[in-house]
Amino acid sequence: MASAPRSSGIKHASTAFAPWEDPDAKPLIQFKNVTKKFGDFTAIDDLTIDIYQREFFALLGPSGCGKTTLMRMLAGFENPTRGQILLGGQDIVAVPPNKRPVNMMFQSYALFPHLSVWDNIAFGLRRDKLDQDKIEERVAEMLRLTRLEQFAKRKPHQISGGQRQRVALARSLAKAPKLLLLDEPLGALDKKLRNETQFELMDIQEKTGTTFVIVTHDQEEAMTVASRVAVMDHGKMIQVDTPAGIYEAPNSVYVADFIGDVNIVEGNATVQGDRVHISFAEGADPIITAFDQPISDGQRVSYAIRPEKISVDREPLADRANHVRGKIEDIGYLGDVSTYHVRLPSGGLISALMTNSRRLARRDFTWDDEVWLSWTDTAGVLLTK
Amino acid sequence: MRRLILIAVPYLWLVALFLIPFLIVLKISLSDVALARPPYFPQLDLAEGWAGIKAFLSELDFENFVFLSTDDLYWKAYLSSLQIAVVSTLLTLLVAYPIAYAMARAADEWRPTLLMLVILPFWTSFLIRVYSWMGILSTEGVLNRFLMWTGIISEPLILLNTKIAVYIGIVYTYLPFMILPIYSALEKLDESLLEAAEDLGCSRLQAFWLITFPLSRNGIVAGCFLVFIPAIGEFVIPSLLGGSGTLMIGKVLWEEFFSNRDWPVASAVAIILLLILIIPIILFQRNEQKAREAGR
Ligand SMILES: Nc1ncnc2c1ncn2[C@@H]1O[C@H](COP(=O)(O)OP(=O)(O)O)[C@@H](O)[C@H]1O
Ligand SMILES: [Mg+2]
Repeated sequence: MASAPRSSGIKHASTAFAPWEDPDAKPLIQFKNVTKKFGDFTAIDDLTIDIYQREFFALLGPSGCGKTTLMRMLAGFENPTRGQILLGGQDIVAVPPNKRPVNMMFQSYALFPHLSVWDNIAFGLRRDKLDQDKIEERVAEMLRLTRLEQFAKRKPHQISGGQRQRVALARSLAKAPKLLLLDEPLGALDKKLRNETQFELMDIQEKTGTTFVIVTHDQEEAMTVASRVAVMDHGKMIQVDTPAGIYEAPNSVYVADFIGDVNIVEGNATVQGDRVHISFAEGADPIITAFDQPISDGQRVSYAIRPEKISVDREPLADRANHVRGKIEDIGYLGDVSTYHVRLPSGGLISALMTNSRRLARRDFTWDDEVWLSWTDTAGVLLTK
Repeated sequence: MRRLILIAVPYLWLVALFLIPFLIVLKISLSDVALARPPYFPQLDLAEGWAGIKAFLSELDFENFVFLSTDDLYWKAYLSSLQIAVVSTLLTLLVAYPIAYAMARAADEWRPTLLMLVILPFWTSFLIRVYSWMGILSTEGVLNRFLMWTGIISEPLILLNTKIAVYIGIVYTYLPFMILPIYSALEKLDESLLEAAEDLGCSRLQAFWLITFPLSRNGIVAGCFLVFIPAIGEFVIPSLLGGSGTLMIGKVLWEEFFSNRDWPVASAVAIILLLILIIPIILFQRNEQKAREAGR
């Protein structure tokens, strides 16, 4: 992973911000059995979730899974077909969008084409009847934050896509709302600016205590900024957990597959004490793994293991519980790391990630080399869904 | 070369159908009325060559324009036309805007039908449609009989042969020219802009005034010119619905041409009308250009 500025993220970790684990914490947003239908089509399916103040809640999922619909219900543009949405304990279903302490950054930006960048950002502040000085001060601050000072007088059609996205962001931030909804806010920015803006967002949140709900397609972004990540599919939240929890302990093949690279091996389980043996191919040694859910003998299971948890060596590593022999089929060189695609005798393909601690010329392995893959019995996860 | 031909086509068109007729009218307006056919003098006699052209030009003068300024009938007619055109343009706008708005907000599958309905009146002759308004508005007309039948009025309203009838006629006739440009502006309006405005604290009404209205401005301006420009010279509607009491320059023009057979004065009236209209036409073109630039 690239070195995104993470100082703020680390601060989060050290203060152990985890209100969702505290039974006394009052959630800011509560979805209670919310269902949203468009005609026959169910966009949100019986969803129940609590989101806490100061959270940076990321929604991840394929296109069409209901992320925008969820946001629009929070902003007040859609009403749930069934269920309740509470904000600070109050049912907000009947509250119109302009009366909610919520601002949304639209996926399409929705900039006002007849107003300048400056007036777009000032639009919400003007509605609050703030003093002109206050408005000017705040707009200037937002322009500085999003590096748009030179473009203040331009109209939206006179600036680039990335700049428009920043205007939309600045406009939604200007009112410093309690809850900020960002629908794919940074997609059009180049990597450097995106990292900086992510950092700014975390900074803003630290300063203002705003709660963010953010839709993103970029899992690295979700991992970097989010306090919790929800992986959605077909209007349901499949798993809601911290980025580390989602990555290390996915609850299903869907989630494991969605976040990061993963090897999925299917096989039949046999329980042996506190370990499960998974036989995945004729004549191959079974995979040994720890487990944390009830498993019956002979059950069909999936085993997920991340490439970086697998070591590639000439000989099997004695201290690891699992070893498989295979032949290197392909090597993806990424500079700092290389991905080895290893073909097993059983026909399966496993990818393993190794750090390139040596210079390329002195690399140990090359195509068609016979190698051993080794990993511990706690490196992977056993999945039944 | 092909480019040149392509560019030349519209210019040739303009020269043949605008500039040459204009020059002819201008020429007639500078001539004197005569009992001849056509009824003006001097006429260009090319058979006499250079001397003919010289004689022809030396006889031209501004006497007809001077005459127009001395008789207050003409000034009154111009002013009255201007006033009727302004009022009926505003009335048309008031009627057209809600219709265009509703059309733009209608479900996608309905829009072609609605558009069709707006254009549908053009399928019947304009003259017949204005004529039928006489039947509706006259003292014994459909409208009066209906209103008396419902008991709203006991005496018939006098509508026909008043300015009100002219307004009704103009609004009715030119309504599509106002609806279409406004509709096309409103249709392009992105719904999410209104949501964004509401999200930032606007009520629905505020969102309309701050977003919808300014963004349909180009359509409004275009529609107003499309109604105002033909309405000011309108002849059929005031003749049929306005009666003798309604003074409009189109009617004056017609009478000069056909009743008085005074082509030179009639041409002078037309030239002045054109001069009055040049300002709004230029403004209209500016607006169109701005709309095109903003649309890019
Ligand atoms: N107004 C609507 N009418 C009908 N279907 C809709 C409407 N809005 C969204 N949908 C459908 O709901 C599903 C979820 O949409 P959306 O929330 O926009 O997904 P995404 O996760 O990509 O943001 C999509 O299949 C979409 O077609
Ligand atoms: Mg979306």
